[in-house]
Amino acid sequence: MPAKTVPPGLFALFMAFARMSLAGFGGVLVFARRAIVDDHRWMTADEFNETFALCHFLPGPNIVNLSMVFGSRLRGLAGGVAAFAGLLVPPTLIMTALAVLYAHFGELEVLRRTLAGVSCAAVGLLIAVVFRMMMPLLKRADAIALVLMAAVFVAIGVLRLPLQAVLLVAIPASIAVTVALRRKVAA
Amino acid sequence: MNSENPIWALISTFGLMSLFAVGGAAAAVPEMHRIAVDVHHWMTDKQFADAFAISQLSPGPNVLIVTLIGYAVAGIPGALAATLAMCLPTALLAYYVSRLLNRPSQSRWPAMIQAALVPLSIGLMAASALILAQSTTHTVIAALLMAGVAVLASVSRVNPLWLLLAGGVLGFAGVV
Repeated sequence: MPAKTVPPGLFALFMAFARMSLAGFGGVLVFARRAIVDDHRWMTADEFNETFALCHFLPGPNIVNLSMVFGSRLRGLAGGVAAFAGLLVPPTLIMTALAVLYAHFGELEVLRRTLAGVSCAAVGLLIAVVFRMMMPLLKRADAIALVLMAAVFVAIGVLRLPLQAVLLVAIPASIAVTVALRRKVAA
Repeated sequence: MNSENPIWALISTFGLMSLFAVGGAAAAVPEMHRIAVDVHHWMTDKQFADAFAISQLSPGPNVLIVTLIGYAVAGIPGALAATLAMCLPTALLAYYVSRLLNRPSQSRWPAMIQAALVPLSIGLMAASALILAQSTTHTVIAALLMAGVAVLASVSRVNPLWLLLAGGVLGFAGVV
């Protein structure tokens, strides 16, 4: 299991997720990865990738699922709820306040220009996260994983094939390859 | 609208949507647009685009675009109802699945399945980045800004907030 050190308390979990959530402009994943793997060392890079991948393939917002799964792995259901609440309560209050402001000032052109600039930077950050998540695969020179990754990227991003159809093929294929390889190593 | 309580409409819409939203919030945005703008006429096209940008700009998970949609439909109760409906059911599902997969008595299968999903997950994220990049960069300068941020955030540990603020300032100044 991830934490070899003493697992954090409920309040510490709430605060940690509130902090990464409030820092998480343009998406929380960047900050969650940094806090969990680099700062607190609650998980290794590979453990984080595997937990995130699980949450990615379950329905619903990934990072919200991640908070619940991660918190519960450290502190049971109460830990999951603490992380979930930390992640959602503060930004929901802020978002509600912004909704009220937008209802009054939404027509300003300068606001829209500013939002466009922020969006560009946010996509740049997303690209950087993808790159950092690829690092363990690149370091291992895991050719099969890299080919699977590239195939999904091309199918969804370039060919714009329907998500369900791609996953219906890609998930069994990837599991079959992984199982076959580990059998070979074990034999 | 009078025949149906708008709060229940929000809860049933987003609760149901979240259960089919494989691939995360970014993957669900086209479906949200279809429902909020085309089906229910809760918002105009422009209001939806603004809500998307605001959800990117604000702290917190990007899925909180549903908070803005909920507010547009039914004020503060709508904002809270939409947020909970979108987030809570799938988080509980994730909790139960994760517990099932990590039961110590079980075989090596869960670990293998999780490891097998990693490259697919990264590929999906890369595809989202590409799709978003195509919809946000309409000028060379915007593309350069995006590439610069990507490189900086990859090689350094600069706080991403500064990079977002820089993008906002360039947008404000009319450069991007």
